[in-house]
Amino acid sequence: MLIIENLHFSYSSNIEALKGVSLTVKDGEFVAIMGQNGAGKTTLVKHFNGLLKPTSGRVLVDGVETTKTSVAALARTVGFVFQNPDHQLFSETVEEEIAFALKNFGYASDVIEKRVEWGVNLLGIAQYRKTSPFMLSGGERKRVALASVLAWDPKMLVLDEPTIGQDHQQKENLRQFIMQLQSQGKTVVIVTHDVEFVAECNPRVVLMREGQIAADGEGKEILTNKKVLEESSIVLPQIAQVFSQLNDPDLPKDVIDIYEAKKLLLKKLGVVTE
Amino acid sequence: MALIEIKRLTYTYPGATQPSISDVSLTVNKGEFVLITGPSGCGKTTLCRTFNGLIPQFYQGELKGEIRVADLDAAKHPTYEMAKHVGLVFQNPENQLFALSVEKDVAFGLENLGNSREEMRKRVDWALELTGITDLRERSPHEMSGGQQQRVAIAAVLAMQPEIIVLDEPTSFLDPLSAQKIFDVIHSLNKNLGITVILVEHRLDLTAKYADHIIIMDQGKVRFDGDTRAVLSNEETRLIGVGIPKATLLFEMLQREGANLPETTPLSSEELAKMFKEALNR
Repeated sequence: MLIIENLHFSYSSNIEALKGVSLTVKDGEFVAIMGQNGAGKTTLVKHFNGLLKPTSGRVLVDGVETTKTSVAALARTVGFVFQNPDHQLFSETVEEEIAFALKNFGYASDVIEKRVEWGVNLLGIAQYRKTSPFMLSGGERKRVALASVLAWDPKMLVLDEPTIGQDHQQKENLRQFIMQLQSQGKTVVIVTHDVEFVAECNPRVVLMREGQIAADGEGKEILTNKKVLEESSIVLPQIAQVFSQLNDPDLPKDVIDIYEAKKLLLKKLGVVTE
Repeated sequence: MALIEIKRLTYTYPGATQPSISDVSLTVNKGEFVLITGPSGCGKTTLCRTFNGLIPQFYQGELKGEIRVADLDAAKHPTYEMAKHVGLVFQNPENQLFALSVEKDVAFGLENLGNSREEMRKRVDWALELTGITDLRERSPHEMSGGQQQRVAIAAVLAMQPEIIVLDEPTSFLDPLSAQKIFDVIHSLNKNLGITVILVEHRLDLTAKYADHIIIMDQGKVRFDGDTRAVLSNEETRLIGVGIPKATLLFEMLQREGANLPETTPLSSEELAKMFKEALNR
């Protein structure tokens, strides 16, 4: 479990990036942290594995305060995949990249080999095992970064903007993949702007604004609240936009699922279906 | 009038065993807003690099076929000359920005084109204003967020007022409202100044409504090329990993169930909501 108590953080003396954030993420939860550029989303999640330490307040990972342990120790529990894969990748080949952390954690070479194999297959990058990560496309590099973290099987996974540069099919794979991690009881936190992706996943949504939490609740509830979203520079998902524009007293406004939308609209039109 | 004309273009990066684009033929007319999409690795970015001659002049490799841009042979004409006609905004803004202040970055291209000081100041102000970063002009691009950097990269290209602007996922780091504002700016440049726009995007939910021409690529080849509504209503596009706008998909689902809606495929929530209201009033 992750507990954050009244977290304040400043990069320099005059700019406070986080202004008193309190948040609890239970084991096995799926949380999307959303909000405008510069709202403090990435700053917040960098506290989860101790990359940043609070200026004041506390961050507890499974009861341990992040100031009282090392990033290396926290990394085994909290795996972090950065927004820009180039900030993370450095090895000469994809397989070396994935094996790197495993070696550091002291796994046996046969275990490492198995985990690398599993990782490249899972993320569809097996054909690039011997290729330099820097020869790959943006979307592919992102998957190498993800594979390298998943390989050590952390209990909690933090993905900073995982859908950037990913095409439709890869996003669908990512969604199914997160669902699979969920079924294994893993905690998944994503930082994202991608409203359509969040609408499809329907996780708990934490909306940030200017270093504070502006809203926290079910995806369906937050993603259909136009006023709250626009204040955070987010637009309604397209399905919710349709219902907002219809502005019909007989139709609800809190719809983000396309199948639910279909059912409601057919009923309104008086079309009978089996 | 054809501004870009590509015939049977095939390109292989140095050391690669397979071509990244193969046998691509297409035409972009002056004043069009063209959307290029397709699964990752399909060759979209590679294709964009041929528009201003970066491929093959900078990347080397093997290029076959013909590419004419603004009546010039893009494969041979010097890239600094091509830059007057084609402005390119890259996927990763860090690859594009290098100056110590936003203002200098935006002015750099203009300096190289030999503009007067006064003209430069005017154009820099204009570009910063349009992209909403006037207050960042003294800041260093390297200390800014990814979203802010993307605005600087766009401003730097806009300032040069090229005939063609090519944008490769230009707003991927921006929050949705800021992204929408940038797309609106690009759309108005297209409509009001007649600048030809080529936009590479996965997120058709945000962008399909702007485009009058869409090109869908897969595995280095052009698979669909035509009017946006016609292409996106083609069922076969579903077989390629393309994210069809939700409003378009919802419309199809309703029609399939027998809802009496107009024939025109909607590309945005506004269009679908309007159609639905009209159907209710009939």
